[in-house]
Amino acid sequence: MSTSDVDPARLVRHGRDGRRAGAVQREVVPAADFRSYYGRPVIKAPVWEWKVPAYLFTGGLAAGSAVLAAGADLSGRPALRRAGWLGSLAALLASVVFLVTDLGRPERFHHMLRVAKPTSPMSVGTWILTAFGPGVGLAAIAELLPRRLRPTVLGRLLRRSARPAGLASAVFAPGVASYTAVLLSHTAVPAWHGAREQLPFVFSGSAAAASGGLMMALTPVEEAGPARWFAASGAVGELAASKVLEERLHPVVREAYTTGRAHRLRRCSEGLTVAGLAGTVLGARRSRAVSVGSGLALVVAGALQRFGVFEAGIASTKDPRYVVVPQRERLVQRSHG
Amino acid sequence: MIRENSLYGPLDDVAADAGHLEHPPRVGFFTDTSVCIGCKACEVACKEWNLVPDDGFDLLGMSYDNSGMLGANTWRHVAFVEQDIPLGGQRTGIAELPTGPSGTPVMTEVVAARLRHAERGGSELGTNPLEVHEPPQDLGMPSFSRPGDDGADGHGAEGRTDFRWLMESDVCKHCTHAGCLDVCPTGALFRTEFGTVVVQQDICNGCGYCVSGCPYGVIDRSPLDGRAHKCTLCYDRLHDGLEPACAKACPTDSIQFGELDELRERANRRVATLHDRGVTEARLYGEDPDDGVGGTGAFFLLLDEPEVYGLPPDPVVPTRDAPAMWRAAGIAAAAFLTAAVGSFLGSRR
Repeated sequence: MSTSDVDPARLVRHGRDGRRAGAVQREVVPAADFRSYYGRPVIKAPVWEWKVPAYLFTGGLAAGSAVLAAGADLSGRPALRRAGWLGSLAALLASVVFLVTDLGRPERFHHMLRVAKPTSPMSVGTWILTAFGPGVGLAAIAELLPRRLRPTVLGRLLRRSARPAGLASAVFAPGVASYTAVLLSHTAVPAWHGAREQLPFVFSGSAAAASGGLMMALTPVEEAGPARWFAASGAVGELAASKVLEERLHPVVREAYTTGRAHRLRRCSEGLTVAGLAGTVLGARRSRAVSVGSGLALVVAGALQRFGVFEAGIASTKDPRYVVVPQRERLVQRSHG
Repeated sequence: MIRENSLYGPLDDVAADAGHLEHPPRVGFFTDTSVCIGCKACEVACKEWNLVPDDGFDLLGMSYDNSGMLGANTWRHVAFVEQDIPLGGQRTGIAELPTGPSGTPVMTEVVAARLRHAERGGSELGTNPLEVHEPPQDLGMPSFSRPGDDGADGHGAEGRTDFRWLMESDVCKHCTHAGCLDVCPTGALFRTEFGTVVVQQDICNGCGYCVSGCPYGVIDRSPLDGRAHKCTLCYDRLHDGLEPACAKACPTDSIQFGELDELRERANRRVATLHDRGVTEARLYGEDPDDGVGGTGAFFLLLDEPEVYGLPPDPVVPTRDAPAMWRAAGIAAAAFLTAAVGSFLGSRR
């Protein structure tokens, strides 16, 4: 039988917004004909709420700030070092709160520590964070140590161990920044799994840009040189990786990124990143105000990027076309040899 | 340690790969949808045996479906598909008699409208009822006119359509390479000695990773207790040498339980029989060890494409791409570190 006279129950066609596609709707990519069970989703929408993308952001912030703090420690920039360790600890604590409270059973958070499982990015991430966290905590507490406690035995021990502990954390920081991409990609969610090759670069770049931006905002311009470089290189990397991500996606899955809320969030992120990058390169060396402004723009851009990618994933689970069309195409290609 | 095909591809002995040295043969389900009568005895038996909470009693505007899809509180789900084509090889014997149209275009519109208001796009079905505050709508059913009536709304012979009903009892696939099991960070999900996949409820902390790891949309987190739930293939009954409750309750043997190797043989014979009888659309789904999940422990005989029943046509376990993803993340991490070191070298005072 021809496809023109099939029952709509067998051939439910959807537009981007879930409405049935009609001739009046103009599509960038022609709506692919596909069949579904009454237009119902094939896979489950993630049960994760806003805390997960918030963690993706704060985790990246903690990682980048730690790397800058360790570098500042070695290169003799006390203000950048102090801001870095304190910023990193604050972001890390926020991360832990987000992660634990997003669980269905928060009181069982420590069950994460009963296994180490290479096939689970969440398990790998748990152990990366476990390796990363204590050093950051130690280094940050050393920064906060009141002057009168410094000569005590404990005080001297703390101050002496702060540098090695901080450096050890900095070794794990790049992992903290990039593993979260695998966390999302290692799922059946079309928009996340489809972006698996580019997402680590988007997230790492975004982490560098946002943490560099935060340090630009918190540190005097004389000491913020490395933060500016880091932020600028991260922003360039993020912008490039983000473009490649959209280009390489399956045209149907790409729509999860180029339409709706995900699109708006990511375009805002892109605009702020470009603005922050311009400010960083052109004026942040001379003006503290420009440094703070462009730094904060990059911070906000980083958060919007994570929320945008997260939203794209959610959208790609709610409409069966994102699941069915690419898989059906694969089957057709395979049957043609 | 990564053994051959531990992450992806055909795997002969899945229980041994998980560390069970001496174990019974792998068991599973063969669900033959060609004999399913849509009685939902499997849904009820499952709920009774496993004490699974209810998931709403409303009909959903999708024929006689009232559970929607698998979820935390629906471990067997009977799908109803109505189509205006004849069942292969079927002689209805009513060629000249008037019958009514199925009314499915109307239902589809109603369902699509409700979907737009659902928080999780309708995928909360199977876990909890769809909360939609819309007035009830007239589906146009049941509306009968007398046989032989003519005219616009008459259902005379000229308005008669072909019709077939597809019913399928869906269940967790107990994959050879299970996406849910691979991503579980607590070890709550494990591979049993029977080769099935089960959640340990005393371990699960409700992280929700398995929900997104499953390429079939089976497992879900229950809002009632914050933990992940799905079919256990009646792990407790298997220990006592009993077959799972759904298979036991199935009155037509649409759900068959047994050793997987034997079920695969039986299923291939059944397909051959159906093809001989002219039901050429009969095909197996999930029995192929070379598919994206290494073959499933629970597989199906379908009479149309999988997506018509709400099943993914070519599911792939995300773990297949784990090495590639970690490689990309490693390169990105190295770039991140290089940028940091370069930033300090570049801004030496």
